[in-house]
Amino acid sequence: MWQFFHKLGSPKWFYGIAGRWMPWLLWSGLALALAGIVWGLAFAPKDYLQGNSYRIIFIHVPSAFLAQSVYIMMASAAVVTLVWRMKLADVFVKSVAPVGAVLTFLALFTGAVWGKPTWGTWWIWDARLTSMLILLFLYFGVMALGSAISDEKSSARAVAVLVLVGVVNIPIIKYSVEWWNTLHQPATFKLTEKPSMPIEMWLPLVLVVLGLYLLFGWLAFVRMQTEILYRERKTHWVKTLIQSEGVV
Amino acid sequence: MNSEARPIIRPLPHSTPLLPAMWAVLKRDLKVNFRQLQDTLNPLLFFVMVVSLFPLGVSPEVAFLEMAGAGILWVAALLSTLLSLDHLYRHDFDDGTLEQLALQPQPLYWLVLAKTLAHWLVTGLPLVLLAPMLGVMVHLDGNSAAILCLTLLVGTPVLSFIGSIGAALTLGLRSGGVLLSLLIIPLYIPVLIFGTGTVTAAAEGAPVGGYLALMGAFLVLAMTLAPFASAAALRISLSNN
Repeated sequence: MWQFFHKLGSPKWFYGIAGRWMPWLLWSGLALALAGIVWGLAFAPKDYLQGNSYRIIFIHVPSAFLAQSVYIMMASAAVVTLVWRMKLADVFVKSVAPVGAVLTFLALFTGAVWGKPTWGTWWIWDARLTSMLILLFLYFGVMALGSAISDEKSSARAVAVLVLVGVVNIPIIKYSVEWWNTLHQPATFKLTEKPSMPIEMWLPLVLVVLGLYLLFGWLAFVRMQTEILYRERKTHWVKTLIQSEGVV
Repeated sequence: MNSEARPIIRPLPHSTPLLPAMWAVLKRDLKVNFRQLQDTLNPLLFFVMVVSLFPLGVSPEVAFLEMAGAGILWVAALLSTLLSLDHLYRHDFDDGTLEQLALQPQPLYWLVLAKTLAHWLVTGLPLVLLAPMLGVMVHLDGNSAAILCLTLLVGTPVLSFIGSIGAALTLGLRSGGVLLSLLIIPLYIPVLIFGTGTVTAAAEGAPVGGYLALMGAFLVLAMTLAPFASAAALRISLSNN
């Protein structure tokens, strides 16, 4: 166990492992997400009240789900940065912050597109929407601070402190729909409870969520590999790697 | 800047208990602020000017101002706190005082707490004292104005404490000011929502006890937790120097 943990501290070791995992993550993620999306968009039954417009949940729910979960992953990595000073944890935080921002934006955007026909408005200052907007701002803040500090070590620790401070927003997003009786409905699905929707709608949704997690893993690995190559550009192993691959 | 205006912090003996150490930091920061009175007053003037922008820029009608007044004052208070935060650590960082502070035998947590309290006393508190006058100018009735001052009294220290984290994180960076705002505004939003929510509830005749209790909870949380993050961030910024 500890040996694994120590190995994880080595960017070179991680670079190799990530390379071996990436094709699996990519293809299984693509297969699951595509199957779920095609099933959800084309074959799942129509909602008796909302008609076809409800189908956007097959994009909206997974991206909103992942947007929050990415922040929690970042916060866990931030703890690792502060406690064990592990370089890879910081590589992870810096690499996935823009991905998290895009996912949050996607959730807000698809929500707006769905809100127009259903609530009759693109945007409303409801608790869930506002707290997701704050999440987007937090992602922007993390990205801005990360790029403002040039020293690698201080940048890693400063970003970690900021990410941890921002964590207070996550429970607010999660429970906003339960604490305040708002326009946004409560959580659409929970993995631990019996689904409140028919199984033909629930299954494709789960497929997309799982697929998106795998695809996120793939994207995180791609971005982390790039970041590692850049940070370790002066080391011997990166130089030999680049020479052997014929890329300058 | 002449050095006379900025008394240095002498190393405190190990035996100095926490409270006298905090008192020494607080007193020194207040002294610095009173010796550079103009710098201290600027955020307040900014506060007054921003409030006066809204009636001129949006609408001077009484109906609008009655409705939006509390929000305008809160947003202006938030912005002027943001502006003043740059002063919290910047000069002490530049002249090395901050390093001395970090080297004191007493935990940095308590000294940061004292520094932030001093910051609130010179920026937040005067803002609360000015609020009733500005409340009259935006046509708030007596009850709303009183509730507004109460929320500002509880809320502005929260702003100072959360802001101290951002000030510590962006210390010594080139684009510090704008970056500070980007980092801190998302964290200020909940305080703003509950601050103005209290006044709205009071105007509608609803009980405000719950709102005020929540703001009090924010204050307790910010006061106890923010100095941890702030002290950690200060050490990072100092090691970066």
